[in-house]
Amino acid sequence: MTRGISDPIRRGEDIGAMVTITLTCGGQAGAGYAATSDISTSGLARAGKEALDWARLSAGHLVAAPKPRATARHHEQISVPAVPWDSVSSAGKLDRLHQLARNLKRDDRITHWQTNLFFTDEETVFAGSGGDFIREGRSIIVPGIEASASATGETQTRTLGRGGMIRQGGLEQLDELEFWNAGERIAEEALELLAAPNCPCVVTDLLLAPDQMYIQIHESIGHPLELDRILGDERNYAGTSFVTLDMFGSYQYGSPLLNVTFDPDIPGEAADYAFDDNGDRAERSHLIRDGILLRALGGASSQARANTPGVANARACNWNRPPIDRMANINIEPGGCSFDELVAQIEDGIFMQTNTSWSIDDSRNKFQFGCERGVLIKNGKFGAVVKNPNYRGVSADFWRSLKALGNAATVRVLGTPTCGKGEPNQAIRVGHATPPGLFSSVQIFGGA
Amino acid sequence: MREHFFRLSEHAGQMLSNGEGFLARYSGERSRFVRFNRAAIRQSGTVEQHYLTVELFRGRKHVSERLTITGGPDDEKRLEASVLYLREMLASALGDPHFLVNQQVQSTEHNAVDLLPASQVAIPAILNAVGGTDFVGFYAAGPIHHGFSNSFGQRNWSTVHSFSVDGCFYLHADKAVKLSYSGTHWDEKQFAAKLAAAKTQMEFLDRPAKTIPPGGYRVFMASAAVEEILGILGWGGFSLAAHRTATTPLLRLARGEAALSPLVTLNENIGAGLAPNFQDEGFLKPATVSLISHGRYKECLTSPRSAEEFQAAQNGANADESPLALEMAPGDLPESEILRALGTGLLIGNLWYLNFSDRNACRLTGMTRFATFWVENGEIAAPVNVMRFDDSIYRMLGGNLVALTAARDWRLSTDSYESRSSASMHIPGALIEDLRLTL
Repeated sequence: MTRGISDPIRRGEDIGAMVTITLTCGGQAGAGYAATSDISTSGLARAGKEALDWARLSAGHLVAAPKPRATARHHEQISVPAVPWDSVSSAGKLDRLHQLARNLKRDDRITHWQTNLFFTDEETVFAGSGGDFIREGRSIIVPGIEASASATGETQTRTLGRGGMIRQGGLEQLDELEFWNAGERIAEEALELLAAPNCPCVVTDLLLAPDQMYIQIHESIGHPLELDRILGDERNYAGTSFVTLDMFGSYQYGSPLLNVTFDPDIPGEAADYAFDDNGDRAERSHLIRDGILLRALGGASSQARANTPGVANARACNWNRPPIDRMANINIEPGGCSFDELVAQIEDGIFMQTNTSWSIDDSRNKFQFGCERGVLIKNGKFGAVVKNPNYRGVSADFWRSLKALGNAATVRVLGTPTCGKGEPNQAIRVGHATPPGLFSSVQIFGGA
Repeated sequence: MREHFFRLSEHAGQMLSNGEGFLARYSGERSRFVRFNRAAIRQSGTVEQHYLTVELFRGRKHVSERLTITGGPDDEKRLEASVLYLREMLASALGDPHFLVNQQVQSTEHNAVDLLPASQVAIPAILNAVGGTDFVGFYAAGPIHHGFSNSFGQRNWSTVHSFSVDGCFYLHADKAVKLSYSGTHWDEKQFAAKLAAAKTQMEFLDRPAKTIPPGGYRVFMASAAVEEILGILGWGGFSLAAHRTATTPLLRLARGEAALSPLVTLNENIGAGLAPNFQDEGFLKPATVSLISHGRYKECLTSPRSAEEFQAAQNGANADESPLALEMAPGDLPESEILRALGTGLLIGNLWYLNFSDRNACRLTGMTRFATFWVENGEIAAPVNVMRFDDSIYRMLGGNLVALTAARDWRLSTDSYESRSSASMHIPGALIEDLRLTL
């Protein structure tokens, strides 16, 4: 629904398969894949022949020989949403979106407003010549709200989490994300920002809301811990990592408050799955415990190459892309403070909400983030709202400056539907559950 | 697949009821992908994909569905099922006052000749060329097809064949030199020249790295770095909808409250690129759209939808109103004079991870990446450790733009999210004064 007019309803059906063949040819290992939208027997046979050609061509030239599978796995699990997408008619959903859009356009200064819902039913099957058969099904819902206010050459935008709202499940997730009731608040906050002063340029305490924390986790913990980056696969595209293999087990990644988990078992979180796309069982693991770096984000193939433990995170975004090491659900475990207690301990600082800009170097160290809304904090109390709040820092220092985390009641289950990586490129769904976090001595600044 | 798509289009036409019309779009590719790390193959394979989008309309009501197709006889059944579903959805769809389709038949055909090398030739050639180095990168090659048809009888088709070798040679840690070679036919001499240039830069990269403090620096940005800056301006910078809703980052330029350097002229020149010359509602793209002329805003890219909403003339833009074949006018700085003209400052080969730090001021932040060198008195002195910049377009391409190079690079997009991109840019390098580095 864009500026009060219903965009055309779009549906898509995407069916295909990827055949991967590994072989030993003259004592040398080879591997190749072929993906096709033709999943008939003859179509798969053609793909198999093509994959075989690639396996032969690559024999003797591989970075590493493929890891043979130990045992066959069998698993079938199709998750059904509590409130299925089709339980409400298209007309019914359009009516509610219209109502939401009307709440956004509450002032002439609102120049752009949009509401949208994306829903996907996904089914994947992993089958192998060794007897594997793993079938999983899930539903994904991604809601969006956006309002831009403009006056005297200045435009400010507020959103519902700007792309950070993604859940497994159905329409029931929208209530928990406060989707249907968020329109008035989002529009009013966009208007409020128009009159707000710029964020000051100081070094101060920084309290990040979950809808900014998630991207901070994503860019400066998730990506640096990906094992394929550490092994160099991504150096030409998504980048390398400041993390090296010798750091696991001893490196002080953050303050002792920092506990980060790979957790594929959080209901509703975007990357809730039982097996990865390499057929390996996914289980909860601590990546960072009490601030110490423990484990990499690497699937079986990368683990074998690096000779280091990892997790089951070899994932493909679709049938037409090969699995690579991806984030899945990468979460920060809660601390002990209520939200009020977090604010109360800030003598001089700022609260920043909702990511709007993200940038980090290719080693995942020097970062700069911008947020939609900032609120100054003085002596434990909220003060003025400020616009264009930005902050910058270095990953290795930033997480060590973590001085408080919200408790379990403050945790929000968020994520992103479009984490980009890989050659050919892949945009994949990842989840991040996180409380708000308080950091000391951070460089903040505003616009213009 | 061309004949198959047009047969499906005929079949769709036969299924229409009174008052219905359709638009059909096809996109497909058969891509050969090889990923390299440490001068060996990390992953290799083929992806063959075919997508058919059918949009059914009656009056101003319209709904669409995208399907995977195979080229086989089952596709007709999928199409029939889709039309039935769309007809049912049409009943509950709302009238769309911004729906506009081309009703004047403008059929076009572009079928490029396949001059690409076979994988059995290209892959050994790359492996031989990079042997003994720490090369990491990606080879992509093959045909990209786009088709359009509608119930008015229009038929459009575009086939291009392109390849790209997008990689880099690493010396140590994050110190690397980029190798970018792309085009529509493989030229061994050109590839060898690119390799030789990269290896020359590697010699400079081996010197002790310099860490520079934040501050203002005179810089030369190679065309790959300028491509990143122009690329982010495509996020709403040239969109009519973004202009009319005041959400464009170039709002001050569009309103005449700010100007860029008279050296800056930007056109969307569809004929100079690989992207098809037709868009999703069947309108043809004009040969050229003047976006910025000598630093002043000229035209926006206008989709049919925006044209209806804002009472403007459409100019063949797709729904996102982003350029697909951007060209920047060259300047007069000869390549041989770049280092002398730079004098003392930074030679920036690539930028990375750009984003807006203040959209109203069109202020951007991003990182240097790969080969960036400190130059003293016209001589390369040392590689530079990565630095963050944070500066406004109105400074970088405004008063602080000193010169553009006379030569331009044709840079084919290497993006392959969902499908291989057919976007490209013709871009010069830029000499810029007082670039703000912050971290």
